[in-house]
Amino acid sequence: MKKIVFESKERIKKNEEVIKKLLTVLGFISIFTTVGIIFSLFEETFLFFRRVSIVEFLTGREWTPLFEPPKFGVLPLVAGTFLIVIISSIISIPIGLGSAIYLSEYAPKKVRKVLKPTLEILAGIPSIVYGYFALTAITPIIKTIFPETSVYNALSAGIAVGIMTVPLVSSLSEDAMMAVPDSLRLGAYALGATRYEVSKDIVVPTAFPTIVASFILAISRAVGETMIVAMAAGSTPKLTFNPLESIQTMTGYIVQISMGDVPYGSIGYRTLFAVGSLLFLITFTLNLISRYVMRRYRRAY
Amino acid sequence: MKEQDITKRRKIKNKIFHALIFLCTLFGIFILSVLLFSILSKGLKWLSIDFITNFPSRFPKKAGIYPALLGSLWLIILTALISFPVGIGTALYLEEYAKDTKLTEFIKLNIANLAGVPAIIYGMLGLAVFVRMLGLGRSILSGALTMSLLILPTIIISSQEALRSVPESLKQASYALGTTKWQTITGVTLPYALPGILTGTILGISRALGEAAPLIVVGALAYVSFVPKTPFDQFTVLPIQIFNWSSMPKKEFQNVAAAGIIVLLFILLGINSIAILLRNKYQIRMKD
Repeated sequence: MKKIVFESKERIKKNEEVIKKLLTVLGFISIFTTVGIIFSLFEETFLFFRRVSIVEFLTGREWTPLFEPPKFGVLPLVAGTFLIVIISSIISIPIGLGSAIYLSEYAPKKVRKVLKPTLEILAGIPSIVYGYFALTAITPIIKTIFPETSVYNALSAGIAVGIMTVPLVSSLSEDAMMAVPDSLRLGAYALGATRYEVSKDIVVPTAFPTIVASFILAISRAVGETMIVAMAAGSTPKLTFNPLESIQTMTGYIVQISMGDVPYGSIGYRTLFAVGSLLFLITFTLNLISRYVMRRYRRAY
Repeated sequence: MKEQDITKRRKIKNKIFHALIFLCTLFGIFILSVLLFSILSKGLKWLSIDFITNFPSRFPKKAGIYPALLGSLWLIILTALISFPVGIGTALYLEEYAKDTKLTEFIKLNIANLAGVPAIIYGMLGLAVFVRMLGLGRSILSGALTMSLLILPTIIISSQEALRSVPESLKQASYALGTTKWQTITGVTLPYALPGILTGTILGISRALGEAAPLIVVGALAYVSFVPKTPFDQFTVLPIQIFNWSSMPKKEFQNVAAAGIIVLLFILLGINSIAILLRNKYQIRMKD
C-alpha cells in the first residue's frame, strides 16, 4: 500500500500543469525527428547538386564517384536495388501469402499455435545473421548449380532479403484475413464451396487491400535493407540484370563509404546524402502508397 | 457422372492447394532450422571463455568479442534510458492528454511514417545532427541517441495500444476517489498497461541490439582494441564485429563470426525471455 500524502491543492494543480507541458514537449519529438531527417539529408544533397547536375545524377549510367574522372550516375545503384527487390519479392510474396492463407483458413488451432510463434522468431532475427547465412550457406548452394556465380552476387542476397520479409507479408496478410467476418465464409460453405474456393473467391478478395499493402511494405523493406546486401551482394555498381553477378545497392554504397575514410565536406561525403535522399524518397513514397491502398479500399463490416 | 467429376476435381484442387500452402508455412520453419544448425555447427567449437574475454585479433584462434560485447551493453543501456521515458511519455501524451485536433492526427501519422523509414537513414540523421552539429563525435552517446530515435516509433505505437486497452471504468473509479489525472495515470493506467508496454519496449531494444547499419554510418569502429569507459568513447558493437569478421579473407574468421552470432542470439533470447517473464508476472497480478 502506498502512503497517501496530502499536498496543498495549489501545488498539486501546478504539478499537473508541469507534467502536461513536459509530455507535450515529448509529443513533438517525433516531428523534430522528421524535420531532422529531411534537413540533414537535403542540406548536403543540395550542396551535392551544386556540383553535379540532377539530370546527370538521375540518368547517368556510371557510378564512380571516388575515381578519376568521377561519374555520378546513380542508375547502377538503383538497378542493383531493383534487382534485390525483384528477387526478394519472388520469394516473400507467394510464400508469405501462402503461409497467411494456411494459418488463417486451413491450420487447426493447435498447429497454428506452434507455427505462428516460429514465424515470429524468424522476424526477430537480426539482418546481419541473414547476411551471414546468405554468404556462407546460400551462395555455396547457388555456386554448385551455377559454377560461374561470383562470390558476391545479387541472387544470394535477394533470397536472404526475401526470407527476411516473409514474416512481414504473412503476419499482415493473416491479420487482414482473420478480420474477414465468418458470415461471409459460412455463406460460401453453405453453398458447398471447398476451402480453396472460399480462400480464393471470398477471403483473399475481401482482404485484398491490406494484402497488397503488405506486399508494398515488403518491397519498401527490401529497398531499405542494408546489412544483407552489404555482406552478400558485393560492391560493384553495375547496370546489370544478371542475378549471378556482383552488384551494389544504394544502401550497400552508403555502408561502403561509411566504412572508409571519406573526409567531411568532400564530394564523396555528399554522395552519401544524395543517395540517402533518393532512398528516403523511394521508401517514403512506397509507404504512402501502401497506407493509401489500405485506407482507400478497406471495406468495413 | 459429369457432375461427380467436377466435384472430384474441385476436391483435388483443394487438396493440392492445401499441400502447397502448408509447404509455404513449413518453408519458414525449415529455413529457421537450417540457419540455426549451420551457425551452431560452425560457431560452437569456437565458443569459449577466452572468446568472451579476449580482444579481436589478427589470429582467428585468439580473436575475442569482449570490446564489442561491452559496446553493445553500453549502447543498449543508454538507448533504453533515453527511449523508454520518451516513448512512454509520448504515448501518454497522445492517448491521455492530446485533444482530437488536426495536429494530434498529424503527429500520429508522422510516427507511423517514421516507423517505415529505413534504419540506415536514421544513421545519416545521427551523423549530421549528433556527430557533427552537436559535436558528440563518433561516441556511444551519438549511437545511443540515433538508436533511440530508430526504435521510438515501435515503443510509442505499442505503448499507445497498451494504454488504449485500459478499461475506462478503472480510470473513472480512480477519478471518483478524487485523484488527479497524473495520480490516476501512475496509480491505475500505467500499472494496468505495463505488460503491453514492456512487450513493445523489449521488441524495440532487441531491434537496437541487432542493428548494425545506422551505427556504421554514425561511425562505430570496425576494429576496437580498447574497452569503452564513458558514453563519450568510441566503440563497436556485436553486429559490426560479426560483419567485420564475415568479410575477412581468412576462412576461419567465418567460424569466429558464427561464434559471435551465437553470443548475439543468446543475448536476444535472454532479453526476450525476461520480457515474457515480466509480462506473465504482471498479468497475473492484474487478474487478482
